Amino acid sequence: MADHAQAHHHEESFISKYVFSMDHKMISKQFLITAIVMGIVAVMLSILFRLQLGWPGESFGILETLLGKWAPDGVLDRNAYLALVTIHGTIMVFFVLTGGLSGTFSNLLIPLQIGARDMASGFLNMLSYWFFLLSSFIMLASLFVEGGAASGGWTVYPPLSALPQAMPGSGTGMTMWLLSMVLFVVSSLLGGLNYVVTIINLRAKGMKMTRLPLTIWAFLVTAILGVLSFPVLVSAVVLLLMDRTAGTAFYLSEIHIAGEALPVTGGSPILYQHLFWFLGHPEVYIVLLPALGISSEIISTNSRKPIFGYRAMIGSILAIGFLSFIVWGHHMFVTGMDPFLGSVFVFTTLLIAIPSAVKAFNYITTLWKGNIKFTPAMLFSVGLVSTFVTGGLTGIILADSALDVNVHDTYFVVAHFHIVMGMSAIFGMLGGIYHWFPKMFGRMMSTKLGYAHFWLTIVCGYGVFFPMHFVGMAGAPRRYYDYSNFPFLDWVMDLNPIISTFAIIGGAAQLLFLFNFFYSIFRGQEAVQNPWKSNTLEWTTPVERIHGNWPGELPVVHRWAYDYSNPNYDEDFVPQTTPLKAGEEEH
Amino acid sequence: MKILIILVIAVGIAALLQLGRVYDLTAKLRKTREEEISFADNKMNAMLWLVFMVLFYAGVIYLFIEYGDYLPVSASEHGVGVDTLMSFNMIIITIVFFAVNTLLFYFSAKYYYKKDRKAKFFPHDNRLELVWTVVPSLVLAIVIIYGLQTWNAMTGEVEDGALRVEIYSKQFDWTARYAGTDSEFGLSSYNLITPTNPLGIVTDDGIEEVTAEIEGQVDKLKMELAYERGLLAAEKEELEHQLHEADHHGHDHGDHEHAEGDDHHGNDAWKDVNMNRIAEIEEMMESDKATVLTEAAIEAKREKIYRLELQLQRILGLDNNTIGDVMEWEAGLDDQVVRELHLPVGQEVEFIFRSRDVIHSAYMPHFRAQMNCVPGVPTRFKMTPTITTDSMRMITDNEEFDYLLLCNKVCGAAHFNMQMKVVVQSEEQYKTWLEQQKTFYVDESKENNESEDVSPADDNVAEPADAGDQTATID
Repeated sequence: MADHAQAHHHEESFISKYVFSMDHKMISKQFLITAIVMGIVAVMLSILFRLQLGWPGESFGILETLLGKWAPDGVLDRNAYLALVTIHGTIMVFFVLTGGLSGTFSNLLIPLQIGARDMASGFLNMLSYWFFLLSSFIMLASLFVEGGAASGGWTVYPPLSALPQAMPGSGTGMTMWLLSMVLFVVSSLLGGLNYVVTIINLRAKGMKMTRLPLTIWAFLVTAILGVLSFPVLVSAVVLLLMDRTAGTAFYLSEIHIAGEALPVTGGSPILYQHLFWFLGHPEVYIVLLPALGISSEIISTNSRKPIFGYRAMIGSILAIGFLSFIVWGHHMFVTGMDPFLGSVFVFTTLLIAIPSAVKAFNYITTLWKGNIKFTPAMLFSVGLVSTFVTGGLTGIILADSALDVNVHDTYFVVAHFHIVMGMSAIFGMLGGIYHWFPKMFGRMMSTKLGYAHFWLTIVCGYGVFFPMHFVGMAGAPRRYYDYSNFPFLDWVMDLNPIISTFAIIGGAAQLLFLFNFFYSIFRGQEAVQNPWKSNTLEWTTPVERIHGNWPGELPVVHRWAYDYSNPNYDEDFVPQTTPLKAGEEEH
Repeated sequence: MKILIILVIAVGIAALLQLGRVYDLTAKLRKTREEEISFADNKMNAMLWLVFMVLFYAGVIYLFIEYGDYLPVSASEHGVGVDTLMSFNMIIITIVFFAVNTLLFYFSAKYYYKKDRKAKFFPHDNRLELVWTVVPSLVLAIVIIYGLQTWNAMTGEVEDGALRVEIYSKQFDWTARYAGTDSEFGLSSYNLITPTNPLGIVTDDGIEEVTAEIEGQVDKLKMELAYERGLLAAEKEELEHQLHEADHHGHDHGDHEHAEGDDHHGNDAWKDVNMNRIAEIEEMMESDKATVLTEAAIEAKREKIYRLELQLQRILGLDNNTIGDVMEWEAGLDDQVVRELHLPVGQEVEFIFRSRDVIHSAYMPHFRAQMNCVPGVPTRFKMTPTITTDSMRMITDNEEFDYLLLCNKVCGAAHFNMQMKVVVQSEEQYKTWLEQQKTFYVDESKENNESEDVSPADDNVAEPADAGDQTATID
C-alpha cells in the first residue's frame, strides 16, 4: 500500500517536474539555461558597443535595426553606449558568473558529490531560482524603459546613480536595477544558506571534510562569502534607493546640479563605495572560486593523477576566502582615502597572491607526468589556469597603490579583470558544462565541436583582452564612448578595430557551443554511467537521473576523491566508494 | 528587406538541422563514443597547445615592442619613481607570466594520453609546496616594501611654500582657481553658484545677487500658486461653504438663543472678510495673471519654494571667519578662476579637488597623477612638474603636444570629452600668464573694463564642444 502511494507520487506533472521543481538537478538546469540566455544577451551587448569602439562614428545598419532610436543612422548614441556597458557588466558579473555558475554547479554537484538525496531544503532552493528569474526579467526589462537602463557603470556609484537629473539612465532604469539587485541578493542568500547547511549536515557516511572533492570545498567557501557579503550590498542598495526616492542624504552632500542647489547635506558618496566593495571584492572570488573548484576536479580526472597538494588547495581556498574580506579598499586608492589606510590595503591585497600562486603551481604539478586526456572540459580547465595566472599577475600592479594611481579606471583594469575573472570563470563554467553534461542530460556533447569552440574562444579571448593592457597603460580611460578627442591616444587606438574583430569572431564562436549544447540535449549520444572514469560519487548514480539520486542505499565513502593512477590498483581510477585494501593508507 | 532577413534565418536554421542529421549519421557509422578521446585527437590538442603558445607569445612580444613605451617620460618628480616601480613590477610579472604559462603549455603538450602508460601517483610533496609558498612570499615582500616606499614618498607632507591650486569639476568641464596675492582661497559655497560664479565664491555682492535671485524666484512661484485657478476655486468654495453654514446655522437657532445671537454680531466681521476675499478671488480668476496647473505641477512648485527657502537659509548661515591674515570672504576677491591650468616647472603643487555634482576623476597620465573629485568631500594630491610643455614637445617630437587633465570616472553623456589643457612653463612665463588673468572681483572704477560681468577668464579656452547639453544654468 505504502509502496503504491509512493510510486504514484513519483508520477509528476509537467509543471512540478520542469517548472516548480524542487529537485536540485532540475533547478540546476533551470539556472544554467537562464544563465545561458542572460549570457547571450550580455555578449551581444558587448559586441554592439565594441562596434562603436572599434569604428567610432561609423554607421552600422544592424545597430539601428536592433536599437532603433538608440542608434540613429546606425551610430550608437552615447547614453545608450553607457547603458550597454553597464548592463553588460551587471549581467556578466551577477547573472552569468554568480547566479549562473554557483546556481548551476552548486545545485548539481553538492548533493551528488557528498552523497545526499537532495538539498537540505528543496523549497528554498526552488525559491532561490524563482527570485533569480524574476530579478533577471527586471534587469532585462530595464533596457526598454524611458531613459534607458542604468548607465553609471556596473558599480552604479552615487551621486551619478542617485540623481535622475544627472543622466537619462539614472531614472526608471536605475530604480529597476536596484530592485533587480535586491531580488538577486535574496536569491543568492537563499541558495547560499542552503548550500552551506547541505554540505555541513548531509554528507554521506565516511565523507569526512578531508575527503570532500575540491569542488565542494570551493562551493562551501563561495557560499559563506556570499552569505556574509551580499547583505552589505543590500544595505548599500537600499540606502541608495532611499536617497533616490525618500529625500534622504546617505550618499549626497553639497550638490549643485541642473542649475539647482540641492537641499541635501552631510552624506558621503564614498560611504557607498565602501559598502559596495565590501561585497564587490568577495564577489570576485564568489565568481572565481567555483571555477577553480571545477577545474581542480576536471584537471585531476583528465590528467589521471591526484590533484597535487589537496590540503594546500583547501588551505588556499580558505585563505583566499578570508583575505577577500579585507582588501576592498584597493578599489578606492584614488578616492582620497587616507594614504596609510591605502598602505594596509596594499599589504592585504598582495598577500592574496600567495595562495593564488600555490594554486597555480599545484595545477601545473598535477599535469606533470600525468596521462592527459584532452576532453573539451580539460582544454577549458587548462585554459583557465593560463588566464588565472596571466590575469592574476597584472593584479600585482593594480594592488600597488603607487602604480594604481596611473592605471586606475583605465583599460589596464578592464584587461585585468576580464582575463582573471571573466575568462577564467567563463572557462570554468564551460568546462563544467562539457564535463557534467552527461550527468545533467544523460547524453554527450560533441567533442569535435567542443575542440573548435575552445580554440576559437581562447584565441579570441586573449586577442580581445591582452592588447587592452597596452591601451590602458597609454592612459586610455575606460567607459569612454569615443577617444578621438585625445590625439595623444591615437597611436594605441589602432588596436581597437583588432580588438573588436576578435570580439565579433569570439562571440560568433559561441554559436558552436549553443548549437552543441541544445542539439545534444535532444540528439546527443546517450551517455554511459561514468564516461570520464571519475572517482567522485555523482558517477555512481544511474544515468536516468532519478529523484533522490541513488535508487537504493546511499553510498558509503572510504577514501578521498583523487585516487587516480594509484599504484595499488590496476585501473587508473578508484571510486570513493571502494573500500581501502588491507594495509592501504589513505593518500 | 525584412522578408529577406527572415528567409536567411530560416535557411540558416534548416542548414543547421541538416548538418545535425549528417553529423548524427556519421557518428553512428563511426561508432565512436564521445568520451573516448582518440590518440590522434589527444596528440592534435597537445600540439595545438604548442602552436597556441608560439602564437600567443608572438602576439605578446609584438605588443611589447610596438606599444611597450606606453607614455612619454614622466613629467612629474614622483612619476619617475612610479615608472621605475612599474618597470620593476613589470619585469617580475613578465618573467613569471612566461615561465608559468610555458610550464603549463609544455606539460600539456608533453603528457598527452597514452594507453600503455600510467600517470605518476604524486599526491603531495611538502618540500615543493614550501618552495612555492616561500619564494612568492619573498618576492611579494620586496614588491610590497618597494611599492609602499614609493607610495609614502608621493603621499607625504606638502612642502611649505608649495603652490596651491583648486580644481573644480562639473558635468562636463573643469575649472581651476589660483589663490591670488594673499595666497588664500576665499570661501566658496555651492549655494552661490551662478553662470558667472561657477565656483560659488562667497562675497557680499555674490550673496546679495543670489539672495535677490532666489527671493525673486520664490515670489514668482508664490504668485503663480496664488493665481492658480484650481486653488482659487477651491478656496472660494470653502469660503462660500463657511458663509452658507453660518447662514443656515443662524436661521435654525438664532431666534431661540440670544447668546448666540450676540456671537452672530461678532461674526459679521469675518463674513465681510470672506465676502471681500471671494470678490477678490473672482477678480483674480478673471485677470490675465491667472494660471492653470496640474496637481503635480503645483506640488513641484511648492517643493521648489521649499528648496529655495532652504537654500536661502543656508546662504544666510554662511560664516565669515578669518584665515591667515584675511577674512574668508575677502580672500576670494583676488582669486583667479581659469579654464586652463598653468603650472610653473620645478615647483611643488598641491591640488585640492572638488566637484559640484557627481564624482569625477582628475587624471593626468603624463604626470602619473590621479585623484577623484567627490561632491562634498575635498580631496588632495601633490606633485612637482619637471618638464615644461615646450620641452615635452621636443621629447615627443610633436609640435602640438599638450598635457591634459581628463575625467576618468564615468560622469554622464559627455564624460568622454571632459578635458582641460595643462601648461607647464618656466617660472617667469607662468607669472606673466598669471598676472594677465582677471581676479574674481574686478574693481570697475580702476579697470574701466569693456564688459560688466566678473566672469572668469574663460576666453582662454572655448567651452568643450560636447559640454553644452547638460551644462548647468540657473533657471
